[in-house]
Parts: sequence; structure tokens; C-alpha cells
Amino acid sequence: MLLRTAARCSFPWPAALGLLALVLAGCSPDNYPQTTLLPRGDFAKIADDLLDTTVRWALLVFVLVEGVLLYAIFRFRGKPDDPEPHQTHGNTTVEVIWTVIPALILAAIAVPTVRAIFETNATPGKDALTIEVVGHQWWWEFRYPEYNLTTANEMHVPMGRMVSLRMGSNDVLHSFWVPQFAAKRDVFPNRETRMWFTAQAEGDYPGQCAEFCGIQHGRMSHRIKAQKPADFQAWVAHMQTLKTKPTPAPPTTPPPKPRPGQKAQEGPPARPESIAAATGAGEKLFLAKGCIACHALNAFDAPKGMVGPNLANVGARSYIAAGTLKNTDENLARWIRDPQGIKKGVLMPNLGVTEAEAQALVAYLRAHK
Amino acid sequence: MATRVLDQHHAHAAAHGEKNGLWSWITTVDHKRIGILYGATAFFFFLLGGVEALLLRIQLGSAENTFLSPDTYNQLFTMHGTTMIFLAIMPLSAMFFNFMIPLLIGARDVAFPRLNAFSYWVFLLGGLFLNASFLFGAAPDQGWFGYANLTSKQYSPGLNVDFWMLGLQILGIASLAAALNFFVTIVNMRAPGMTLMRMPMFVWMSFITQVLLLLAFPVITVALILLMYDRFFGTNFFVPSGGGDPLLWQHLFWIFGHPEVYILILPAFGIVSEVLPVFSRKPLFGYAAMVFSGVFIAFLGFGVWSHHMFSTGMGPLADTFFALSTMLIAIPTGVKIFNWIGTMWGGSLQYQTPMLFAIGFIAMFIIGGLSGVMHSSPPADLQQTDTYFVVAHFHYVLFGGSIFGLTAGAYYWWPKMFGRMLNERLGKLHFWLMLIGFNLTFFPMHFVGLHGMPRRVYTYPEGLGFELMNQIETAGAFVLGVAFLVFLVNIFQSWRKPRNAPADPWNGATLEWAIPSPPPEFNFAEIPTVHGRDALWELKRQRGGPLPEPARVSGAGIHMPNPSYWPLVTAFGILGFFVFLMTLGQTGIWPVIASFGVLLLGVYKWAYEPAG
Repeated sequence: MLLRTAARCSFPWPAALGLLALVLAGCSPDNYPQTTLLPRGDFAKIADDLLDTTVRWALLVFVLVEGVLLYAIFRFRGKPDDPEPHQTHGNTTVEVIWTVIPALILAAIAVPTVRAIFETNATPGKDALTIEVVGHQWWWEFRYPEYNLTTANEMHVPMGRMVSLRMGSNDVLHSFWVPQFAAKRDVFPNRETRMWFTAQAEGDYPGQCAEFCGIQHGRMSHRIKAQKPADFQAWVAHMQTLKTKPTPAPPTTPPPKPRPGQKAQEGPPARPESIAAATGAGEKLFLAKGCIACHALNAFDAPKGMVGPNLANVGARSYIAAGTLKNTDENLARWIRDPQGIKKGVLMPNLGVTEAEAQALVAYLRAHK
Repeated sequence: MATRVLDQHHAHAAAHGEKNGLWSWITTVDHKRIGILYGATAFFFFLLGGVEALLLRIQLGSAENTFLSPDTYNQLFTMHGTTMIFLAIMPLSAMFFNFMIPLLIGARDVAFPRLNAFSYWVFLLGGLFLNASFLFGAAPDQGWFGYANLTSKQYSPGLNVDFWMLGLQILGIASLAAALNFFVTIVNMRAPGMTLMRMPMFVWMSFITQVLLLLAFPVITVALILLMYDRFFGTNFFVPSGGGDPLLWQHLFWIFGHPEVYILILPAFGIVSEVLPVFSRKPLFGYAAMVFSGVFIAFLGFGVWSHHMFSTGMGPLADTFFALSTMLIAIPTGVKIFNWIGTMWGGSLQYQTPMLFAIGFIAMFIIGGLSGVMHSSPPADLQQTDTYFVVAHFHYVLFGGSIFGLTAGAYYWWPKMFGRMLNERLGKLHFWLMLIGFNLTFFPMHFVGLHGMPRRVYTYPEGLGFELMNQIETAGAFVLGVAFLVFLVNIFQSWRKPRNAPADPWNGATLEWAIPSPPPEFNFAEIPTVHGRDALWELKRQRGGPLPEPARVSGAGIHMPNPSYWPLVTAFGILGFFVFLMTLGQTGIWPVIASFGVLLLGVYKWAYEPAG
């Protein structure tokens, strides 16, 4: 609350430290979309309340102890030829007092801490929406077993319904972090970890991997899109229509019957013929270049454990390459042509895609939304 | 006491301990020379780690910066952490252990002088080995904590992790040998009358540090051996696909890693506890409480490791235990801070450079301690962990704490070590630049961390609001760089001035100030007898005034250990063993066996080296 107030600028902090904090924290919380200080979910609220408690005590202790230190610095300034000061060796009463007082302050922090530990470790109820989170080098897979849906990097959640995260990793350790609604929890390849939260506000929020996981740890972001329950249900219904299952065919075989037409109905009403043609070419390339080996294109009943992110709704996402680039046609084409140049070490190889091929692939992927 | 002399003849250049030249340094077993070697090497590595930090700060100075490639950034942040911990702060502390402990306890050398030389050479070779990785473009890139299973052969196929794992193993040998040496030295070699509860506080804190080293380093040694087996011989201790558990690494690492934090800070506690009384002109407040709080911190230090792992989801009971044990540590730490302020209270404070750094230490360490309490609370820590908030916290402890304390020690003991005074004006400039630069660099990290910036990211996107604070941090880092340039200028200036520091420039309380600056090889012409704490103040009080400048005596007839190069040979055997283990696939088994032979030869010749 205290730090949050500072972030909101509604009243100034009491201490000089506060002034500095104010300058540093800036005045509008909108400037910090990834902040932990404006909780919009129950789990994050528990963490923030605890932070407030400790910050209050810490500020009090800080001001008192540094104040006494400063006082001593000025009050007892001496000159080399001053007489020797009184030689005290200690004072048991004082020492007992300054052992007991910190102990009491810690007790005041410990009680709400223990309560919050048990609160945050509680098991979500049966009506919670389970989402399986799988960390990959360097992107996130999200599965909704209740709806048999899979998506990547952008998690949609309904406001007001508890979300129960069951998390794991496909390779190394990562840490899934939802600063606005929950907190973070590490994910492991060999054990399930859990976290839960209820989104209490609508919006599109960033988060990112918080456990060092290799060369592109810095480019492993995700987004949490909290929607009104009706909007969320609409999203689910839409995603469940994305059932296209392109046959995993060797690059030489001709592509299966074109299916994007099916999707075109959900897209913009009328599309120029050239784009439709490019889309068809894109579909061919998606197979010929081997994209299909790592990327699934169906959200419903999708295969698990794919190397690359599910692309069923890639056209609708805000970012590509786990937050690396905004999802524009230009960026998508650049990414398809040179993933290693943009995100060195990423598991997607440079496939020798020409500019024209990239345009066709972009058109094809754009149709997936 | 120490002022009585065996031999009234003035020493000549040819006397004991005046040998010079490269060979005399290579074969030296003199604890003071080894201390200087430790200090010079560690300071070099400190500057190297500082340059690495500046490169990191340039990269983070703006959003989406491409100054460093991601792999270079990862190598630099790994090497910055590894260097500062193992090659800078620990050996800078070792410099003071080496140079000061025998002087403070009234001894002529450490218990095992050749083992001492061996520790230094192994440390030097280990540090060079670790940094040689840069020449192969394969510096460690998995973080100083080396979390499994990113370190497995599958996810880190290069030499990077090998350099780190074997480098740390080599450095661990140096640390363990040194810890044994100082443990025995402090137990066995104290001057008559120096009971445990009369030991100077630096000796006490060093003693506790040696115990921590002896108990913590075997754990990381075992962990590194398991990792080595995984990487070289295909075992699966940490490989989940083979039934191993990456979480095991975290437990082993932090059972070592948390005591390691106290290994880094306790020597600084000790230094500050020496400096504050001298420059307050009154004894340390609450000596016994200082001793026992140090012991208590060390003991608790082995029961808090999992607070580094709250985000792994250990369950409510484990979280509660480790939260409460962590909070408990704040109590003895608070006692220390209050006792330091109690030492200043009512004193006659003299603001020379060592005192400024000691006070800076208290002021900054308070902040680091308070942010530590803030993330001892697991649900709150789940937001803070792995963000820049934690980076801020541990830099307030390790820079605001350890480095400020060690710098106080450097200015305080410089005249004793080198016989030259450092310039006070430059020293004060160094202090103010460092205080300002330090806070500019690390204070904004609290905020940028709470606002959601994770650690160990090589860049950050625009629009998350991280730019301004990162710019301030980068500017601050350069102020810190300038602060240490001023220190370097100070050192070089003093080098050109005559070696004329008095024996006791600060009106010191402890035995080292009774002997000339720099001390002769044998330290004390006659081993002093101690009658109380602050032995030298006691003596001055009895005499009713300052002591006369001690005469330099020849020291003829004092038996000192002979120089030896066998420790260095043995150290090379150890280095070769690990280097060729790393290249086993290319060079085969024979170089490994040959290196082991060199190691055995060194130990054998060392053991049967004639004493006279």
C-alpha cells in the first residue's frame, strides 16, 4: 500500500527517502505495466500486503537507526587533542533492550507472514479453472484441459474465477511470473509446481520468465489477458473452432486440400484474391519448409510437447517470439527469414526463406487467429 | 611487551627478511608477503570484475540495446558474480587473514607457512584458469549459482560450464587449505595471555569465517563432483530424464551458498569492529555480545539455505521454518549494528579515511539488512526473488557491507602493510565518490525490481518503464569506476613517496601497532605477553603516553621457516590435473596421470624438505 501510494502520487512520503523514491517511482502506475506494486489479483494482493507490513517496519527502523547514527556522527565529532573520552565497555540493560525490540518487530512481521504462507499454499477449489503451464526454451505453452485447448505465450483468463496453474517444464528450469495477479513459481522438468490467482481486473498484462534458463532468458515474455467472463467464453468458443490438423507430411508431398477458407469466414469478410493465393502458397511453404514439424496449427485437441509454440491463433496475438517483436506483418516476415539474427540461439533455425516466401507465410499465418 | 628487543643492533639491508627479487616472492612462505600477493591478485580480479560490471551496465543503459550479444552478456554476468565472490571479496579477506591475524595474535607466522603459500598459488592458478575461458570464447554462462539442469551436457554442451565447475573446485582447494591453516593458527599460536575472549574482534570474526569455510566448502565440493560426473562420465545426479533431480543441486548449492554469504561479510564485520574503536578512541561496545552474535549468525547461517528457494514451492511448513529462521538472523545482526553505534556513542570521533569507510559500512549495511528482512517473508519474496530488488539487496550487503569494510581495512592497515601513508584528501574523495556512486547504482534497483524487472536479462523492452532507473544506475556505476581510479592514483602516489609511516599512526589498540611499519619478517622480536583486551592501549595507559618508535632489529637467532617452491609445484600438479580432466576427450588419460604425479612429487618433496 505504501509503495503503491507512492506510485500513485496521492500523498508524499514522510521521509527524505520517500522523496527520492517518488522521483524514481514516477507518478503514473501505467508507466510500469509489469509492476508488483499494483496488485490486481488476490494472490498478488497477499504478497503486496505483506510487503506493506515489512516496508512500514523497515522504514521506521531505517529512519530511527540511521537517524541515531547521523546524530552520533555530528554530536561526537572530536579533535585529535581532545581528552580521552569515557571508556565504556558495554551496558547490559541497553543491550538487552536492543535485542528484545527487534525480536518484537520480527514477531510483528512473522505472524502475518505465516498466515500468508498458509493462505498462498491453499489448494484451489474444484470450480477453479485449471491451466497447465509448460516452460520451454524460450516460450510458454498454456493448456486448458477443461476446454481441450492449447495456446502459447498469451494466456487468456476469466475475471473473477480462480485460475489454478499446474506447471512443469519441457527442458530446463524456468519461473512463471504473473506480477499483477499472482507472483512467481519455478517450473521443473520432473515435478509439478502450482500457483493460483483470481484476476480482479480486466486487461492485457506482461510477465516474463524469472529463472535464468539459457541464452534467451531475457526474451521469454508472456502476456496475461484477463477478460470479462462472457468475453472469455467467446474466446474459448472461438478457439475450439480452430481444429485444423494439417497432416504432418514430408516436405515433398503436395499439401493437403486447402483449409484456410474455413477460417476465412472468421477473418475479415472479403479478402483480395492475391492474398488468398498467397495464403495457399504459404500453406504449401509451411509444410515444405518443415515448419509443421515444430508448430501445431490447431488450438483444439492439439498435440503436446511440440518444440515450437502453437500457432493456431498466431494472427491474433500481440507479440511474436515470446515478446521479442510486436506482431506486425513486417516483423513476422523478418522473424521467419532470420530468427537467429533476431533471437540468437533460439531453437528455430534459419531456413533460407526468401522475401516472397516469407510474405506468403505471413499471409498464411495471419489467417490463423 | 613487544617493545623490548632481543638485539640492540640496527638491522642492515642484508638482515633476515630483506631479501628481494622475483624468486624470493615465488618461494616465499612469509605470511605478510603471501598476504600482499593475495591482496594484489584479488584487487586485480576486483578491477576485472568491475570492468565486467561496467560492460553489463552499458548494455542495460538503454532498452533493446545491442552493445553486448546475449551470450556475451550471460558470460559477463556469470563471471562478474563468480569473480567478485571467489576471486575478489574472499581473497581480499584472505589478504587480511594472512597479513593481520599473526600480527594481531602476537605470532611470528601462521601455523603452516608452506600450506599458506600453497593456498595462494592454488588460488592464483584457479583464478587464471577460470578467466582463461575468455580466451576460448567459452567463459561460464550459466550464472554463478549454476542451477541444474541447465548445466547438463544436453543444455550446455560447450566448455563454459566445465571451466566454471573445475575452476570452483580448484578455488575450493585453496579455500579449504587456508581455512585449516588459519583455524589452527588462531587456536594454537596466540601469544601468552591472549585468551579467546581477549582476541581482537577481527580475529574472532575471522575464526568464525574459517569454521564456516570448513563446514560449507565440502558441500559445494561434493555438488561439483556430482556435476562433474554428470558432465564427464554420464551419470544422472541432476538429470531428470535419467531419474536425477535438479532441485538436489539447489539444496546442495545453498547449504554452501548461504554460509558463503557470511564468509563474505564476517571479515568486514571484524575490520569495522577494529576501526571504529580506534577512531572513536574508546573500546568496542559490548565485546561479548559481538562475539556471540557472530557465532549465532554463523550457526543460523546453516539453517536458512532454503530461503533462496521459496519460489520452488516447498510447501507451507518448510516455507514457515525457513522464513522464521531467516528472520531470527536479523536479531544478532541488529545487535552488531547497535553495538557499533554504541562504540561511537560518547566517543571522540576522528574522521580519517578508515573511519569514513567504516561508518559508510554501517549506514549501507543497515539498508541491506532491512531489505533482507523484507524478503524473508515468502509470499512477498515470491514477487521479489529473481528481480533487481534482490540485486539491490545483496549489493547493499556485499558492496555496501563487504567492500566498504574491506576498503576501511585497506586504508587502516595500509601503513602497517607497506610502511607508507595513503593520502587523506584522495582517500576522502574516494569515500564520497564511492558512497554516491554506490547509492546511484544500487538504490534504484530496489524500485526497478519491484516494478517488475527480472535479473539476468540481457535486455529489456521499451514500455515497461525501466529506462530512467537503468540510466541512473549506469551513470552511478561509472562514478564507482572513478572512485576506484582515485584509489589507484592514491596507491601510485604513495608508492613514490618515502617509506616513512610510523609504527602507530592511528593510536591503535592492537599488537600490530607495536612493531615497525612494515613489520620485519619475524614480526615480533620478542613474543609479547597480553594482559587484557586492547593490549596496546593497555600498555600505553600503563606507560602514561604513546610508545617510542620501535627500533628495527636484525632478528638474528630467530628461527623462521625456509622458503620453498614445492607448494607451487604441488599447485601446478592440481591445475594440470583439472585442465587435462577437462580435455580428457582430446588429450587422453596420460596427462591427467602425469599431473597427478607432479602433485605427488610436490607433496613428497614438501614433506621431506629439510627444515634448516
